[in-house]
Amino acid sequence: MSAVDDVVTEAPAVEAVPKRAMTLGLGTSLVMLAALLLVPLFVKNFVIFQLTMLLIYGIAVLALNILTGGSGQFSLGQSAFYAVGAYTSAILMEHANMNYALTLPIAGVICFGFGYLFGKPALRLSGVYLALATFALATAMPQILKLGFFEHWTGGVQGLVVTKPDAPELVQSVLSLAQLKAMSQDMWLYYFTLAISIGIYIASINLLRSRSGRAFMAIRDNEIAASAMGVNVALYKTLAFGVSAGITGVAGGLGAIAVQFVAPDGYTILLAISLFLGMVVGGVGWLPGSLVGSAFIIFVPNIAESISKGLSGAVFGVLLFLVIFLVPHGARQVAMVAQNLLGKLTKK
Amino acid sequence: MELFTNQVLAGIATGAIYACMALAVVMIYQAIDHLNFAQGEMAMFSTFLSWQMMQWGMPYWGAFVLTLALSFAGGILIERLLFKPLAKAPVLTNVAGFIALYGIINSFAGLIWDFTIKQYPTPFGSSPFLGSQLISTHQAGMIGVTVLLLILLFIFFQYTRIGLAMRAAAALPESARLVGINTSWMIALGWGMAAAIGSIAGMLIAPVVFLEPNMMLGVLIYGFAAAVLGGLTSPLGAVVGGFLVGVFENLAGTYIPGVGNELKLPIALALIITVLVFKPAGLFGRPIVKRV
Amino acid sequence: MTAMLNVKDLRAYYGQVQALHGLSFALNEGSLTTLLGANGAGKTTTLRAICNMVRSTGAIEFEGKPLSGRSTENVVRLGIAHVPQGRGTFTTMTVEENLQLGAITRTDRKNIVDDIERMYAHFPVLKERYTQQAGTLSGGEQQMLAVARALMLRPRLMLLDEPSFGLAPLIVRDLFKILGKINREDKVTILVVEQNAQLALELADQAYVIETGRIVMSGNAKEIANNEDIRKSYLGY
Repeated sequence: MSAVDDVVTEAPAVEAVPKRAMTLGLGTSLVMLAALLLVPLFVKNFVIFQLTMLLIYGIAVLALNILTGGSGQFSLGQSAFYAVGAYTSAILMEHANMNYALTLPIAGVICFGFGYLFGKPALRLSGVYLALATFALATAMPQILKLGFFEHWTGGVQGLVVTKPDAPELVQSVLSLAQLKAMSQDMWLYYFTLAISIGIYIASINLLRSRSGRAFMAIRDNEIAASAMGVNVALYKTLAFGVSAGITGVAGGLGAIAVQFVAPDGYTILLAISLFLGMVVGGVGWLPGSLVGSAFIIFVPNIAESISKGLSGAVFGVLLFLVIFLVPHGARQVAMVAQNLLGKLTKK
Repeated sequence: MELFTNQVLAGIATGAIYACMALAVVMIYQAIDHLNFAQGEMAMFSTFLSWQMMQWGMPYWGAFVLTLALSFAGGILIERLLFKPLAKAPVLTNVAGFIALYGIINSFAGLIWDFTIKQYPTPFGSSPFLGSQLISTHQAGMIGVTVLLLILLFIFFQYTRIGLAMRAAAALPESARLVGINTSWMIALGWGMAAAIGSIAGMLIAPVVFLEPNMMLGVLIYGFAAAVLGGLTSPLGAVVGGFLVGVFENLAGTYIPGVGNELKLPIALALIITVLVFKPAGLFGRPIVKRV
Repeated sequence: MTAMLNVKDLRAYYGQVQALHGLSFALNEGSLTTLLGANGAGKTTTLRAICNMVRSTGAIEFEGKPLSGRSTENVVRLGIAHVPQGRGTFTTMTVEENLQLGAITRTDRKNIVDDIERMYAHFPVLKERYTQQAGTLSGGEQQMLAVARALMLRPRLMLLDEPSFGLAPLIVRDLFKILGKINREDKVTILVVEQNAQLALELADQAYVIETGRIVMSGNAKEIANNEDIRKSYLGY
């Protein structure tokens, strides 16, 4: 409508996490690790299953943190990558009789490719436009999974049942030698997931600290300046999408195994929105917060429903508001406050 | 060829819904620079309020006007109570706030009025418009009201002092403060106006999609898409975008094989995104020059 | 004469970084004062602190009223116009709309129309371009527009942040002549922040020199201009 362009000097939409705050301190990390290792030994199988889902969604939120918090690209479409990973594992396990552990790297690689390919046309989009594009992807995925064309593999609307793996022979024989109870499927799956989670967490932290990570963050903070400094913006943006999708795919595969079931309506836009909320509650860009965010999206809806069946959505909304009023920067803010307090106490 | 023209016309008719919603979306985007996901729910709740008033015996136009006023006030109230405290919080946190608001409103609507579908009256009647099988009088009425709204908004922004102040506050908040404009209240006003426009959209749409708490979700998404397609800074673009989205949706459903109702949405979105890849600021949007 | 603007022990902060370390100065009514100093000395911060655009402590009083705690727009409504660095022009709006915005807080409709005519008299080039988008004006023209917009407020005090920035010397001369005229005829007290010390000292009555957030020199503008030592140490010429 006018000849004059809007000149915008933009503050980055995603704020940076200061480098020293990027991970938990050594002490806190060790405490967390100990808790994660020991808690399953004392609780029932169903709780172990919930803890496994906690880790799995934590991985998915972490992937989103790398994409949005790291490279500044919005995504409301992670559920699509999660679904592809889940179905990849399910199909390989049930149709090709593949060992469950092998399906995961394959799911990861396929989703990496998928994410990379999606990242290419998305290069020209940013902010609200990218959100819309990823939203389209997420809404399309359940429909694509239901398509008659794929039904032979995907099981159509019904989906596929996935066989839960037993703990490996080696572990069981070691346990019986030590005169301990055999390990349940749930417990084995938990520790298996935990090992993978730790591996992904460490690899992600290293990625963000590496040259690629710095390229991501330069792009997030100021894309034009980054490209003026010689950062290959197109390469790193698509790479970020690929990495994020790949990790989400692994989470999806683990999810399929844990839930023992894949079906199109299990991977709707609601999942994508939940992962987004998990990222915000945990603290955008703060990888340790992924677990907190995951806990929020798994447990708070249940809490909301127990408070009021008819108004569970409203209660959830109110609780969410409470969280973002108190800590607009998410769990990272809580950690910083705690760290400051500890610092003051130890100085005395 | 006749099928094509028919589908285009039918698309324009349904597109009026999206155009109306898109106007509300652009309205709030102008004020706060974000897209408010809860806007559809606010429109839905307003529509339910008007329905309730009519159940209690109020005539249609009385309920319409009262709902308009209540929605305006409600929009301002929500902004002051829930989003002013988040003004300094990061963008993504605000988005989480919109999602929370969505849940709250949707849930309350379901509790108060339950999820059964209700009939909603139209002041325009539903006979064929000018004898055409494709456009009903109601749809013609929708198009008319949307165009009227557009004209009123244009007059408001171009020819009134407060419209000028709102434009200034949205364009350069710091400079606006330096001429004495209370930019915080401009945002509240923007919310109020968006809520009012949304309520009009809801009351026009309900006769077609029937009144129930989840009626606005699809409409909102298409409304966003239309606003983005038209260029988020342009009310005219929003309206044109709305009609285009209606046409896209219809043509996709008619001509692309295997596209049932469920795939219409992603395909329409995909078409829009394709346009954006070539014209990132939308059809009527001002190209944004970024200064490093 | 009582001071119109009284600044006492002003400290200003950008986050954790302190930019002003206890500034104190006063402006008399009707005076034209210039605040000089190198890049980063704190000149812009001072003007922003007066308008509460930056976190600060200390006491600022305008015509006896304390400014702390007021929002920027409320400070402006007391009669303080601020022409910011970079001019802050509403580039997507027309010249006339920019002028109307300057008067947006006023209620005397007829006088606003008269004032716009007076601005066109001060700055004829604006009249030529009054329906043009402000962003299409040249640098000098935009600066005139920014000053005119500030004047539309009918301010008692006008703050200008580096009005000469990016402008050719002849245009700066013209602009400063107009500022002098406004100060004398319209009785507007002016505080001008400048890097271009020479021209500013010719225009002003009083001058302050600021260095790393502190006032290091103050006095009569002519005396400072004539003092070669001061000029060489602080003003670079």
